[in-house]
Amino acid sequence: MDLGFEVVDLPATDHPTEGEQAPDFTRPLVTSDDWGDASLSELAADAPVLLVCYPMDGAFPSTYMWNELRERAFEEYDIQVVGLSISTPYEHMTFIDDRGIEYPLFSDPQNAIAERYDIVNDLNGMAGLSEPRPAVFLVDSELTVRYAWVAGEWPEFPDYDELEQAVSSL
Amino acid sequence: MSDADEPLMTLYRLQACPFCERVVRKLEEYELAYHSRFVEPMHSDRNVVKRVSGTRTVPVIVDESTGVTMAESDNIVEYLDTTYGGAN
Repeated sequence: MDLGFEVVDLPATDHPTEGEQAPDFTRPLVTSDDWGDASLSELAADAPVLLVCYPMDGAFPSTYMWNELRERAFEEYDIQVVGLSISTPYEHMTFIDDRGIEYPLFSDPQNAIAERYDIVNDLNGMAGLSEPRPAVFLVDSELTVRYAWVAGEWPEFPDYDELEQAVSSL
Repeated sequence: MSDADEPLMTLYRLQACPFCERVVRKLEEYELAYHSRFVEPMHSDRNVVKRVSGTRTVPVIVDESTGVTMAESDNIVEYLDTTYGGAN
């Protein structure tokens, strides 16, 4: 993206990378119908998980990311796509319905998972608020990371072609 | 997500619903492991409960160990007392 000026660089992170273990966690997992606690490891036991970390539900990057994932029909690979943001379960339900999202979304208002993954984005001008940076982690049944991408600029979006390649070569 | 360690009891509940909390107290009293599913405040949006139990009211319990699905906290409490209460 050439805007003719510098976009915001985000600091270097120590996030889990290919071959490393993704931290397990349990949070409410929200669908259009309801929500209940679920852990990453119990999801991964069924099929590889593409964990999509994204900004608050109302932010435009969130809409861009989920539109792109839907258009590329990532669910057609033998994986489970799940989201993670700081929005509450109620907001997730609205977002799911408004944007026609077919994937469940984890709710982590305290942003502790982003801290564990070292992908916190402290929000300038919003006192006390932080959220995950845009990031994707593809993990197998052992929670071993098979592909990872974390935004280094704000905003920055995943390389979806590369992601599709990673997913299809599992 | 089926797992041998998964609780056999599922409770469909609404945040801050006193009837649901009444059932929670009973489940805790009998030390029954259960999985909570939270639903929408809007009655008309509670399709999952409707699918499971035929009604849009909560609480609803699904007890896989007996095959019972039940709504109405009075009924549920009575069922839990009878099935898991003192006599057993």
